[in-house]
Amino acid sequence: MSIGKKDILKNIGLTIYRGELFALMGPSGAGKTTLLRILNLFDDPASGDLMFGGMLLNNSTFGEKNNIRRRMSMLFQTPAVFNTSVFDNVAYGLKIRKADKDTIEKKVGNALSIVGLAGKEKQKALTLSGGEAQRMAFARAIVYDPDVLLLDEPTANLDPANVAKIEEIIKRIRSEHGTTIVIATHNIYQVKRIADRVGILLNGELIEVNSKEGIFSSPLDARSSAFINGEMIY
Amino acid sequence: MSSVDFLFEGIIKAFDLIIGLDPYVLSITGVSIRVSGTATILAALTAIPLAFALSFLDFRGRQVLITLVNTGMGLPPVFVGLFIFVMLVPAGPLGFLRMIFTPEAMIIAQYILVTPIITGISLAAIKAVPGSIIETVYTLGGREMDAIIVTLREAKSGIITAILAGLGRALAEVGAILIVGGNIAYTGSIGGIGEGLSYTRTLTTAITSETSKGDISTSIALGIILISLNLSVNLLANLIQRRD
Amino acid sequence: MKNLFAKIILFSILLSLLSGCIQQTLTGNTSQTVSTAEELRLSTTTSTCDTGLLDILNKRFEEANNVKVLTICQGTGKAIATGELGGADAVMVHDVRSELKAVANGSFIDRSYVMYNYFIIIGPVSDPAGIRDAENATDAFGRIAAIKAPFISRGDESGTHKMEKSIWKAANITPAGAWYKSAGKGMGDTITTAEIMEGYTLSDRGTYLAMKDRIKLRILFESDKEYLFNPYHIMAVNPDRFQDVKYELAKRYVDFLTSASAQDIIRDYGKDRYGEGLFIPAADASDK
Repeated sequence: MSIGKKDILKNIGLTIYRGELFALMGPSGAGKTTLLRILNLFDDPASGDLMFGGMLLNNSTFGEKNNIRRRMSMLFQTPAVFNTSVFDNVAYGLKIRKADKDTIEKKVGNALSIVGLAGKEKQKALTLSGGEAQRMAFARAIVYDPDVLLLDEPTANLDPANVAKIEEIIKRIRSEHGTTIVIATHNIYQVKRIADRVGILLNGELIEVNSKEGIFSSPLDARSSAFINGEMIY
Repeated sequence: MSSVDFLFEGIIKAFDLIIGLDPYVLSITGVSIRVSGTATILAALTAIPLAFALSFLDFRGRQVLITLVNTGMGLPPVFVGLFIFVMLVPAGPLGFLRMIFTPEAMIIAQYILVTPIITGISLAAIKAVPGSIIETVYTLGGREMDAIIVTLREAKSGIITAILAGLGRALAEVGAILIVGGNIAYTGSIGGIGEGLSYTRTLTTAITSETSKGDISTSIALGIILISLNLSVNLLANLIQRRD
Repeated sequence: MKNLFAKIILFSILLSLLSGCIQQTLTGNTSQTVSTAEELRLSTTTSTCDTGLLDILNKRFEEANNVKVLTICQGTGKAIATGELGGADAVMVHDVRSELKAVANGSFIDRSYVMYNYFIIIGPVSDPAGIRDAENATDAFGRIAAIKAPFISRGDESGTHKMEKSIWKAANITPAGAWYKSAGKGMGDTITTAEIMEGYTLSDRGTYLAMKDRIKLRILFESDKEYLFNPYHIMAVNPDRFQDVKYELAKRYVDFLTSASAQDIIRDYGKDRYGEGLFIPAADASDK
């Protein structure tokens, strides 16, 4: 992936397995968001192969990519809130998939109760607090049961109480739906709490992909341990 | 008689004319609403899709079109009126339409004046919708049409404001419609209020001609009706927006 | 989303219904006659419009012929131009020279003499220039220019404006300076401007009398039969020029205005309200 003449990512070789929670770590500006956007088929890599479920997507059309994107969901660091009620915000993904009214009622209610916003259906979404808005965005992202959930620093702007709530939600979705999750974060403790595998991204390069245990006990790359031990300034 | 007396007399007269449902004044008000309302609706039907095309599509001549819209927002009505007049008089290129001095000619003139205004303000409203909103639509599986619909919803207040600004401009406009409409009322109205009915006479052009006759209080009465009309349109819009 | 569209459409429908209703209730029966009756477009000067005489005349003509007269009130210059471009079927104006020119270039036919009156010079009662004692119109204008008293000109190439210019020319004065102001508007507006600036202006008798009760300006000079003479003519737009022009109807209108019944209306118009007529019928007078 390159923007202008500067390569943001280079030599990325990464496979995400079905049902795992993969944490993408690295300092700000390392290229985490860019990588997530490529995974979401939002941006195209300048070169290389991109596969989803065994299908090569290099020459796919906008429409074909759209169909695959429909099986995924992505959550931004700062949620964009539609100027409608909480219910309508969360229902959006179902409505554009032409779900029937009863399904929408049921699924939205379920998603809101997972994120702890039950009873706020009629509230205007723009009046929610930052933590509530992020949880609503979470509900909006999971309401249509995506196979893959891409989370871009979902807790970076939240207070510890809301961080804990979001992590609870992540765990619950995994156990209930077996959703594949990729989370970009620079919070080492969060990674320790929830991740299966970890990739460390540094200046656009994936320097190490390892199990959580491996990364923390015996990292393969010296820069990884420097990052994990907080010796790297970011 | 002092000018303040004119004002008071005008206010009293305005009440008389409105409460008494004076047919001449009602017909003038009716023509104003019909001409400016139709022009605004037609302009909105052009302007809103145009604003979306200018924001979402990348086509040749897009920048030129945006410049044209921005210039068009400040078009002098008198010039537009003159241009339409020259086009529509029987000696002109579109003379065969036989449209000069008709309400339709006035609608065309106001359509030309109002379309750039609605387009320009809608464009600004659409631009004000954060890019992250559109990205969210895509991340949730939306397609281009969904992005357009969400943008329309997010820009709703701005677009309503744009339509109202267009309607306000149309209702208050006099330069163009005076030239292409001719300020015509059917016989009986010219000597005073009460008998005739408007054909192409609007509140604004009637104010012009009543002032010209020196009938200041009638002009003020018509002006009060015009302002009330603009006010009620805005109140109605406020109501619509608040209900959402 | 559907909501918004529904509301916009509802709003539009309401608006058009509202205007439709108003139109309907207002026009009522009239609207039917309007749609079926033939329409004559008459382009004429503000001075005939503002007096109300045309209303009475047109009503009589409409009733007798089952037609509608659509009157467009403009200055003489624009009224003639409108006719020349085919925007009207007939024009009634008051500037002999422009009329003859337009007839000569083939724009109009059937030019007929309808009526006349005299221009008047009005100004503040105090009459600082002393034009009450003037010998004639040129002398009156000379006195105004001599003390640079405010003078408001129509400035719109109307018949009245052209008359004013010819008087300045005859008086050998080129009016210029802060005291000479061009209104660029109709007669009524110009009188209102003169009233506010306490200045002099040249007016037709009809418009002045119609406004007399509302203003302080008074007639200070009149009855110069040579310079202040103000004849009105009706002309039909030449049908050879524009095939759409309603010549038959225009010709009927010309004939009507010069008929005895219309001429009687002209003679009597204004007598009840102002104690004197505003115009003098002239159909049988020799053309000037």
